[in-house]
Amino acid sequence: MGTPARTVRASESTAAVVAEEVTRVLPGAVATTLVESVDLVIGAGEFVAITGPSGSGKSSLLYLLGLLDRPTSGRILLEGRDTGAFGRDEAAAFRLSRIGFVFQFHFLLPEFTVMENVMIPLRRLSGRAHGRLAVRAQDILESLGIAALRDRRPDQLSGGERQRAAIARALANDPPIVLADEPTGNLDSHNADLVFSILGELAAKEGRTVIAVTHDAALAARAGRRVGLVDGRIVADSGPSV
Amino acid sequence: MAFPWRLIVGIAFTHIRGRTRQTALSILGVATGVGFAIAMAGLMEGSQSDFISRIVDSTPHVVVKDEFRDPPLQPVARRHAGAAIALRGVKPKEELRGIRNPRPKLAALDALPGVAAAPILRGQVVLRYGGKEVAASLIGIEPKRERRVSQVESDMIAGTLDSLYGAANGIILGRSLARKLAAEMGSTLSVTSPAGVMLKMKVVGLVDSGIVSLDEGTSYALLKKVQVLLERPNIVNEIRLRLDDVTAARAIAHRVETRIGYKSESWEEANEGILETFAIRNIIIYTVVSGILIVAAFGIFNIVSTITFEKAHDIAILKSLGFRESDIRALFLFEGLLMGGVGTLLGWGLGYALCRILGTVHIQIRPGAEAMALPVIYAPAHYLIAAAAALSAAAIAGYLPARRAARLNPVDIIRGAT
Repeated sequence: MGTPARTVRASESTAAVVAEEVTRVLPGAVATTLVESVDLVIGAGEFVAITGPSGSGKSSLLYLLGLLDRPTSGRILLEGRDTGAFGRDEAAAFRLSRIGFVFQFHFLLPEFTVMENVMIPLRRLSGRAHGRLAVRAQDILESLGIAALRDRRPDQLSGGERQRAAIARALANDPPIVLADEPTGNLDSHNADLVFSILGELAAKEGRTVIAVTHDAALAARAGRRVGLVDGRIVADSGPSV
Repeated sequence: MAFPWRLIVGIAFTHIRGRTRQTALSILGVATGVGFAIAMAGLMEGSQSDFISRIVDSTPHVVVKDEFRDPPLQPVARRHAGAAIALRGVKPKEELRGIRNPRPKLAALDALPGVAAAPILRGQVVLRYGGKEVAASLIGIEPKRERRVSQVESDMIAGTLDSLYGAANGIILGRSLARKLAAEMGSTLSVTSPAGVMLKMKVVGLVDSGIVSLDEGTSYALLKKVQVLLERPNIVNEIRLRLDDVTAARAIAHRVETRIGYKSESWEEANEGILETFAIRNIIIYTVVSGILIVAAFGIFNIVSTITFEKAHDIAILKSLGFRESDIRALFLFEGLLMGGVGTLLGWGLGYALCRILGTVHIQIRPGAEAMALPVIYAPAHYLIAAAAALSAAAIAGYLPARRAARLNPVDIIRGAT
């Protein structure tokens, strides 16, 4: 079996993301197991691709790691903190400042411009003056090459532009952890390539921990580490890359 | 992490701007509720205070009557208070009814500050003139005192109260009574009392109080003449008081009653039935107005619910970005309050306009009588109460869907989208 050996325990306290025996069962008439006994240690600055067929639980695992969902059993540690003890408000506060989310469907707020979308998490976190936040947002847009689009609404953007705007919003509060759920699922190969490169650079150049869920094997091959999931269990792990 | 008011408000405005027509309808609902609440309250309280001031103007504020609230105790019962007493064969004393020897009582009442007192003696008589016979009540008055406590003098359309002194036996008739008898100023009537006394009396004045039923059966003469006619010398059956301070009526009535023993009735007590009717009317109207406001609240509930359904994605996004449940709750609660607030402001304008329009409406109850403008009052309290009611309704209507929206699980929505 490809289950990772528990030899990485020693580095758990310094790891960015740790999952210990994480299981998530959806209760119901027929209980569905989404994620089963997942053990995973991801170091700071790693770029990890989680792959698997659809329904393998890779997105569910990502929501658990991003505190959008709670495991039925097991523990999740983020930056050394046990998130099981977090209340809802604490989880929200942690997401706001420490985690950036990118979804398959860009999930930009449709009635707000690109700039406003990036400003929303900035303004939620910070009591700083509006002007200084705008400078920060502008910098992010420039680094992603979409500064010229700042006053457009999402429906006036192409798919690749929207996904870059969504990445910009995820980076607004400078989170050390970036979670991407099929970020290239709706893009043509050129844009998918571009978005994946951006995610790679977030890890390589900026030292962020990036975890991307994808079913595209070619893209996954470009990540520093690949974790394979089938039926909610880890079946392959190329091992820590940093 | 301070609460990001400006951000929440900004998102709320964006949500509302996206559905102008629905929002306008909800706001109009609230405005209508608030507007009519204000107009109803203004009209009701206006007519009520108008009615009360008419009562206060046209009737004595306190009437001391020739009766007692409780029957007097037997002397033996007074002597042995609280004892068990059996009395047999008690025969009631034949007593002439009325307030005997009123002079010292009147002097005592006059001595009270802000009180004017006038005695009357009322009796039934038969008036005869030119073969017509009409039964009427004859009120014996003292003109000098009477004009201090009642409006009779200002209601006179011919002659004055003082002209009662001018003739040997003067009588003042209600206008309708004179018409029934076909009597005019200067006519001499024969007036017969139940005691069998008959006097020839000359018409020296006519009164039109505006109330036909009253004028049809009322006549006035000097107190002394009526005492002779009814064979009740030195007796009056009512002492009427007029007060400088109307609101003190209850207190003064109580004081007078404990002092001179006779039942003293304030205008509030005399009109208790009418005041009760007002209270019931108020309950009815406020119920109707609350109904309007509740319907308006349903409008708000409806639109905030719709927004939370349509914006389920936005809610999921905001939560995934790190917004708390309380942020989401505040967002939608604020949207409800915003509509309630704007509706309230418009409702204030509508209410004021309705009051102005109602104030110009004139109604004529009796043909020939002066048309009366609807009495409307303008009270800031009405505006504040209507606003408080509308805003509470809006807050509840916004809070319920807001609470549900805040509990949405973002994963369910994100999963649904993929």
